[in-house]
Amino acid sequence: MMKHFGLIGLVVVLISGKPLKYEIGDAVADFRLKNVDGKMVALSDYASAKGAIVIFDCNTCPYSRAYNDRIIALNKKYLEKGFPVITINPNDPQMSPGDSYEEMVSQAKRKKYDFPYLVDESQAVTRSFGATNTPHVFVLQKQGNDFKVAYIGTIDNNSRDATAATKKYVEDAVDALLTGKAVPTQNTKAIGCSIKWKNS
Amino acid sequence: MQLKLCRSTIAVVVVILCSLQGVNAQKAIVVRFDALQKIIDTKSDQIQVINFWATWCAPCVKELPLLEKINAQKNLNAKITLVNLDYADKLDKVNEFVVRKNIQSDVLLLDDLDYNSWIDKVDKSWSGAIPATLIINPRTGKRKFVEKELKEGELENLIASLN
Repeated sequence: MMKHFGLIGLVVVLISGKPLKYEIGDAVADFRLKNVDGKMVALSDYASAKGAIVIFDCNTCPYSRAYNDRIIALNKKYLEKGFPVITINPNDPQMSPGDSYEEMVSQAKRKKYDFPYLVDESQAVTRSFGATNTPHVFVLQKQGNDFKVAYIGTIDNNSRDATAATKKYVEDAVDALLTGKAVPTQNTKAIGCSIKWKNS
Repeated sequence: MQLKLCRSTIAVVVVILCSLQGVNAQKAIVVRFDALQKIIDTKSDQIQVINFWATWCAPCVKELPLLEKINAQKNLNAKITLVNLDYADKLDKVNEFVVRKNIQSDVLLLDDLDYNSWIDKVDKSWSGAIPATLIINPRTGKRKFVEKELKEGELENLIASLN
């Protein structure tokens, strides 16, 4: 199945000349990646969820570190409400040794992650999402059997100081989805560490 | 007496040397986005090269010598502005870095954390990842935006392409 998605993606890229990436409203293809506990986690495992907060994140980026406690808090706040946090490390360990699988395992242990921290070894999932930097958030909403993109961007508008943030984009998006309202801001941008792609 | 004179001479020399160093050493200026907007909109004859970097960003630090090289080549008539994105409370660390690397280009520490409010004003195609470089030729109105690490010689080609 995944093979076919890859093939379709390749054909689209060849035709349009542009890399395929998810926009608001797109249904996300299922993915299956290895978690820090060695087990595989798929998006489709979350059959009863109302959505998911997918975050491309890593160990080494100063913005990832600045947002780490806020990411942990997002899962504590929204897991029970049906929006679990799923973090994915997109970085190539050759380019960024501090983001190796072993380092991911110790980071998850140290910070007592109660959500998946998956490794995207081939970087294919990262490419299909069109993630560019860390942390990069994609809020997904379950519609029928599909997970559809409802928000793309940053967590809030103050990376240095959570208490000084005046716009909490991710929380506002999830709260809106939980109450059947339109997501107030669907796209935001933030300064972040570029994703460390293989041999680039 | 002689010893005293010698001492005071040394003291004077030290003071002069210190002040000379003070003239040459660059310092980062803390600004908000409006200061950067003015540089983007400038009508100057000089090509504007605006590079976004941070001390913690390895590929950014790696490409800084390429920007410094352009800054030193006066015949290119290019103005380099290094826009630093470290947090403002790290100003001392940034200044220490600038002195240690003997950076001669202008350095601005952009203290404007509401990133979403200004990223598109730099370039609509920018995701926000760094390093990133904007090159503008105010004379022709042409511009190029690069969201990746610059390679040797790339900047020269980009500048030439804006004529």
